[in-house]
Amino acid sequence: MLDVKAGDEQSFTLLLHRYRSPLVNFLYRMVRNREQAEDLAQEVFLRVYRAREDYVPSAKFTTWLFRIATNLALNSVRDTRYQRMEISLDAPVTVDAEEGEEKTLDIAEKHPNIEQHLVEETRKKMIRHAIEKLPEKQRAAVLLHKYQELDYGEIAKILQCSESALKSLLFRAYETLRVELAPLVAQHGKS
Amino acid sequence: MSCSRMEKKILGYLDRRLKESERLEVEKHLAGCAACRLRVNGFRAVNGLLDELPTIEPSPAFDLRVHARVAAEPMKHSWRAWFPSPRVAIVAAALVVATVWVSTRPTNTQPQIAQDDIPVLENMDVLSNFDVLTELPPPAQVDDGGQQQN
Repeated sequence: MLDVKAGDEQSFTLLLHRYRSPLVNFLYRMVRNREQAEDLAQEVFLRVYRAREDYVPSAKFTTWLFRIATNLALNSVRDTRYQRMEISLDAPVTVDAEEGEEKTLDIAEKHPNIEQHLVEETRKKMIRHAIEKLPEKQRAAVLLHKYQELDYGEIAKILQCSESALKSLLFRAYETLRVELAPLVAQHGKS
Repeated sequence: MSCSRMEKKILGYLDRRLKESERLEVEKHLAGCAACRLRVNGFRAVNGLLDELPTIEPSPAFDLRVHARVAAEPMKHSWRAWFPSPRVAIVAAALVVATVWVSTRPTNTQPQIAQDDIPVLENMDVLSNFDVLTELPPPAQVDDGGQQQN
């Protein structure tokens, strides 16, 4: 990032290549819409570029990057929630009408073992919905903890809370997931 | 260790981020507490279930879009842009100091008198009162008749 600050355009391209996939995946899991996730990820990179001259390496670059991404995602989730509430008054959104996801049946038709495939898809859908049902901040904490493998201190900085508050947040999130996914947890325990 | 204290240690235990003494304390508690053991196993299972979610790849046009948005950004004119680089600033400052020093240093006000000028200066009174002779006096009449007779 210091090279980007010095005006090295190549370093910005390197940053883009290194972080685009983790960012898009994090944002996708936050907002549950691929197109929106990519738009937000682009916005993150744009903000990084705009802030390059003022960048001070006081924290790890990933902490700074995911702090921007998390703030954008939380704002987007809140905005979308209000939009959905308005839409639901006229036309309720069905569970299967998730944007950005491939239709299960289209793939299932091509799959040799449709039954097995449907079971797997149902499992994934349950897991996705359990994550989606978490309060936004808990969801962000779990995603940063599980998929970005950031340490507690970094995640606390990203979410702008104390480390002990973060541990409490994570505990509540994993406890909710354990309860929500109880049937799968039981299966997992047996296997 | 109590179950409520265990709640604060459970993630650190699963993430292997506890000190050795803390880890032993947690394991001692788990050996005697079925509820906490169930919770730890449940958390471990949730962790495994989260691994099942597939990752997505950014679309092929993602980089192009980012670069296009960056290229569309207006040039930033920060106050720093008005300042030259440190090297140029040092050279410019040195030039200013040198100019000021040259223009303000005391100069020798005594005029240099060349050796050839000394006779002129000695006759300065004569030269300054010198009037240009516009009319020459008539030439003196010389009686040279006798001389011719001789």
